[in-house]
Amino acid sequence: MTTVPAARSAPSVAGYWAGFAIVLVLLVVAPLVLPPFWRRFVTEILIWGLLAMSSDILIGYTGMVSFGHSAFFGLGMYGAAAALLTMKPPSLWLALLYGLVGAGAVAVFVAYFATRLRDIYFAISTLVFSQIFYVIIFTWTDVTGGENGLTFPQPPLTITGLIEARFTPESFHWFVLAVVTTAYLLVRRITRSPFGMVLQSIRENEPRTRAVGYHVERYKMVAVMLSGLVAGLAGALYAIQNKFAAPDFVFFTVSGEVVIFNVMGGMGTLVGPFAGAASFLLLREGLSRFLTEYYLIPLGIIFTLIVIFLPQGLLGFLRRRLNQ
Amino acid sequence: MIPWDQIVIQTLNGLVNGMVLAIVASGLTLIFGIMDIVNFAHGDLLMLGAFVGAAALGATGSFWIALLAAAIAIALLGVFLQVTALRPLIGRDPLTTILATFGISLVLQKYALWQWGPSVRRISEPVPGHFTLFHLQYPWYRVATALMAGAIIGGLWLFLKYGKYGIWIRATTQDRVMAQAMGIPVPLVHTAVFAIGSAMAAASGVLFGPFTGVTQTMGFDFTLRAFIVVVVGGMGNLGGSILAAIFVSLLEAYAAIVVSPAQAVIVAFVVLVLTMLFRPTGLFVPTPK
Repeated sequence: MTTVPAARSAPSVAGYWAGFAIVLVLLVVAPLVLPPFWRRFVTEILIWGLLAMSSDILIGYTGMVSFGHSAFFGLGMYGAAAALLTMKPPSLWLALLYGLVGAGAVAVFVAYFATRLRDIYFAISTLVFSQIFYVIIFTWTDVTGGENGLTFPQPPLTITGLIEARFTPESFHWFVLAVVTTAYLLVRRITRSPFGMVLQSIRENEPRTRAVGYHVERYKMVAVMLSGLVAGLAGALYAIQNKFAAPDFVFFTVSGEVVIFNVMGGMGTLVGPFAGAASFLLLREGLSRFLTEYYLIPLGIIFTLIVIFLPQGLLGFLRRRLNQ
Repeated sequence: MIPWDQIVIQTLNGLVNGMVLAIVASGLTLIFGIMDIVNFAHGDLLMLGAFVGAAALGATGSFWIALLAAAIAIALLGVFLQVTALRPLIGRDPLTTILATFGISLVLQKYALWQWGPSVRRISEPVPGHFTLFHLQYPWYRVATALMAGAIIGGLWLFLKYGKYGIWIRATTQDRVMAQAMGIPVPLVHTAVFAIGSAMAAASGVLFGPFTGVTQTMGFDFTLRAFIVVVVGGMGNLGGSILAAIFVSLLEAYAAIVVSPAQAVIVAFVVLVLTMLFRPTGLFVPTPK
């Protein structure tokens, strides 16, 4: 970190919060002014962005590329499904809790084994772990519904003593926005804490971090678990929005998209993954109108070009300011 | 009671699948060993090779011409990909190469879907006939495939061991800078190795085609299994990869006796995890000092 003169850093911190407030206000107003299709679209961007942000904790801050985030996301979905199918009446908060528990259990498992490995070996092992869970979910038809997945009713929004109402698209958007904003601020706080600094020093120079005396494996394990929990939260939200859980969301495709979101938007910024998710989904929407499912051909080319020529991603130029 | 007939059949199946996988994995490990590229698109090169082979078979009627045509076409594609996308990445973090080749794999897979559609393509067996194995009619073609795969791998080994260019490749793998200093055109060697790896992937795609047919989703499965084999055998270690391919395929085949084939895949995953935990340098290499 280069030294920044105090006089210049103060206004840019204010600038950060001003930018944050403007984006937040725009997102609050969005469902009131947008047509139904785009309203749902913005909600989906928030959920996918949350998933991508969870992966950024590993890719951007700890320097570990995970190709297995679909496992956490999918177990979050199935966890929410378990709560909504077994509890009468269905409870929103229990669905989120079960989603977190499901993803957390997987994260403990993956963290224990995969964090002993580095670089490409970590990437390959996360990929393999997510495929293990995919095969289990896909073939264990009695419990998971196999290929067809599970469908369930949407829980009402309940805050004890205050609200008890069915979700409308607007209120669901605001609910997701509240959850995502809380998660973002929390993760931002964590990455700026001493713990987050250790993660970043692992990214920059792992042997030296170890030599200084930090227990690197323990830090990595906590990072993977944190990342898995946030990804599970995204999965639970997605399940509640769509009222189903399906094995497709545990498959590698989702993990691949998460990596694409991060690389496109800019790793190590937390906001970048949201921008990446937004630009990917917008491009997909625009391109698939006349290319149908072949939209991935131009998108894959754009992605490869970004990897080669713009490794910092779209928001990479803001990286230092976003981490202030 | 031990089902001996099934064990014999599955041993044969495992050996045949293992030999096909060994060609794929040796291409992957060669590419990793020489330029630190983890090629996520390797399975998709195999899949494209199988499609090109199916198309060439339809046009010419000869399996052997199709095999050659697929290998040459995919080798050229490999040259193009290496020069445009991977050469700029040499010297960067190997993780960057996973990302770039992942992008390439998306493009190749959707291109195949666009060009050839979602339906399964059949490649007819060039070696007809069956022999009786317990209650089964086992096709001779499978045995022939294992032999051809062995011939391809043997040819590669002889080339690397005795060929002038094979020695260039080994020298570059050992020490890039020194090889350059000795006058070996290192960038050219990199491109050639990528082309060889691609051609081997394409050849195994055509060889494997008659087993289950050719679909545009077959690539990911091969990429994943080749990754597992290459890590289990030790990254960049050719002999280890070949042994690991046969070892993992045999285990999968035996597991398929007890559970469904879809679940038998998990055995390969477990082998990988155990290997990475207890012998991260690979199962079939001497313990590093």
